[in-house]
Amino acid sequence: MGRYTVKTLGLEVVMYLAAIVFIFPVYILLNLSFRPSNDQASPVVPLTSPTIDNYVNAWNEAGLAQALLNSAIITIVSVTLTVVISSLAAYPLARVTSRLSTGVFWLILAGLLIPFQVALIPLYQTIRDLGLLGSIWSLVIFYAGLQVPFSVFLYTGFLRTLPRDYEEAASLDGAGQLRTFVSVVFPLLRPITGTVVILNAIAVWNDFLVPLLYLSGTTQQTITVALYSFVGQYVSNWPIVFAGLVISIIPVLLVYFLLQKHIIQGFAGGLKG
Amino acid sequence: MTTVVDSTVNPLAGYEDEERGLEPAGRGNGKRPRGGQRFSRQLLWFALPALVFYVFVVVVPTLRGGLLAFTNWDGLSQAYEFIGIDNFVRVFTEPAALQALGTTLIIAAAITVFQNLIGLLLALGVNSRIKSRNVLRVVFFAPVVITPVVVAYLWKFMLTPEGAVNSALGGLGLGSLQQDWLGNPTLALVSVIFVAVWQNAGFSMVIFLAGLQSIPQELMEAAEVDGAGAWRRFRSVVWPLLAPATTINLMLTVIAGLKMFSEVFVLTGGGPGTATQTLSTLIYKSAFQFNEFAYSIALALVLAVIVAVISGAQYRLANRKDQF
Repeated sequence: MGRYTVKTLGLEVVMYLAAIVFIFPVYILLNLSFRPSNDQASPVVPLTSPTIDNYVNAWNEAGLAQALLNSAIITIVSVTLTVVISSLAAYPLARVTSRLSTGVFWLILAGLLIPFQVALIPLYQTIRDLGLLGSIWSLVIFYAGLQVPFSVFLYTGFLRTLPRDYEEAASLDGAGQLRTFVSVVFPLLRPITGTVVILNAIAVWNDFLVPLLYLSGTTQQTITVALYSFVGQYVSNWPIVFAGLVISIIPVLLVYFLLQKHIIQGFAGGLKG
Repeated sequence: MTTVVDSTVNPLAGYEDEERGLEPAGRGNGKRPRGGQRFSRQLLWFALPALVFYVFVVVVPTLRGGLLAFTNWDGLSQAYEFIGIDNFVRVFTEPAALQALGTTLIIAAAITVFQNLIGLLLALGVNSRIKSRNVLRVVFFAPVVITPVVVAYLWKFMLTPEGAVNSALGGLGLGSLQQDWLGNPTLALVSVIFVAVWQNAGFSMVIFLAGLQSIPQELMEAAEVDGAGAWRRFRSVVWPLLAPATTINLMLTVIAGLKMFSEVFVLTGGGPGTATQTLSTLIYKSAFQFNEFAYSIALALVLAVIVAVISGAQYRLANRKDQF
């Protein structure tokens, strides 16, 4: 609309200064991670003789390969499970107008209010009794259940804005309920499925408290717990620690920069409802 | 959309099997009143898998937690006794718990104010005509997706006495501002709040940005034609129309602030001393360091009630305001 004025230029400069505050820690992170361990210069000074030794050491010492794999499996399986069961549940909850349907809907939505810390410790005991402590499947089950309320909330909100014509056409054509859902309803849910996947995947990948409880002290670790125990060992050797931190966030940042538009929209869109 | 065509292929196909035979035969061919009645109650079976996971993971453990909070369960032995409200009495009388309660409220309040203020300013900035707005949006949002544990370790190093923050201050000729950021009780609290705001300001920005972009351009132009200055336009046009975004942001930041765990746990571990101990870190420590599981659950329940009451109050307040 308007033109680029001196004022706009001033604003641009101010915004750049703000951006420096956001980028500065990342600069330090990278700067230090490529620095030889014996280099005692101030962390702010640009590095002179870059080395990848820290990365090699971190990779070998921290068991990051296994941890990255575990985090990937947990994230992919639990989010897939969440998408399937939540969209399937949201369909009748948005469409059927019986008292039972409303009751189930509110029971599930109540989960949005309960902080999971209350459930976390009793569930810790149950999982221990089932012998699942230290298994990544305990986390898959946990996240699948934990994410139901928010995901069902998003799906039902979206479904209520969808016209029923397609479903009615499908059932007129003789498609059963499950068939109607799979081939008509679920494809129409694609935009909100994107939001559900993004929000849940980031939450699962980044989670720390739950894997710390259910997996720590075992060989099966997620990336956050692996980092936690790794830093515990190398607490004073920051260059190696930083290389480990960089390795752990590469997958997230890669996905972020590839899909940044969708991710930012996902965050904004999921919360408008 | 091609899938819609698929369903025309086989009318009257016997899909009843897949639906566990739940749809009474012929029902689908009867008359179809409009609206919800058409959807048979049998469809509710679709909610069963989600319900099973949800009940197993959330409902049952929460109810058991509610019960165990009134016992002296240590988490290890199978035996425990009911001890009434002793655990809750402890929460509200023990200095450690009261301090954690206070710290939690301070952190949540500070994060709510600063994260939203900075988020709003950033949103206004990248919603302007500046050339770098798209790049900056990505930069400001990036910390939101970075693992909180990584962010906390990064800042933990930055804030050590020999860390990057003090080095940078020295380099800028501001050596007098150098501090032991995580060693001083007050500064440690400030640091925890700062790091949380640094990480999540981009999140508030994105919500505000969505709100800003839904404001009709004509409205802004009309205000400009009427001679309204920038501040006046913000005060009279933008701010009222941002109300929904503000409501969502306030609710989410309060809840996140009250429940915050990773940042505090990694950055300070609740220290120095107990200066940054929050309910979340105290819940963890009570259960897994001191084996006081029942007490820990009582703390969690208190936190749950605080979260519910504060966000419920916000919701009602916001709805009242939105009427205007």
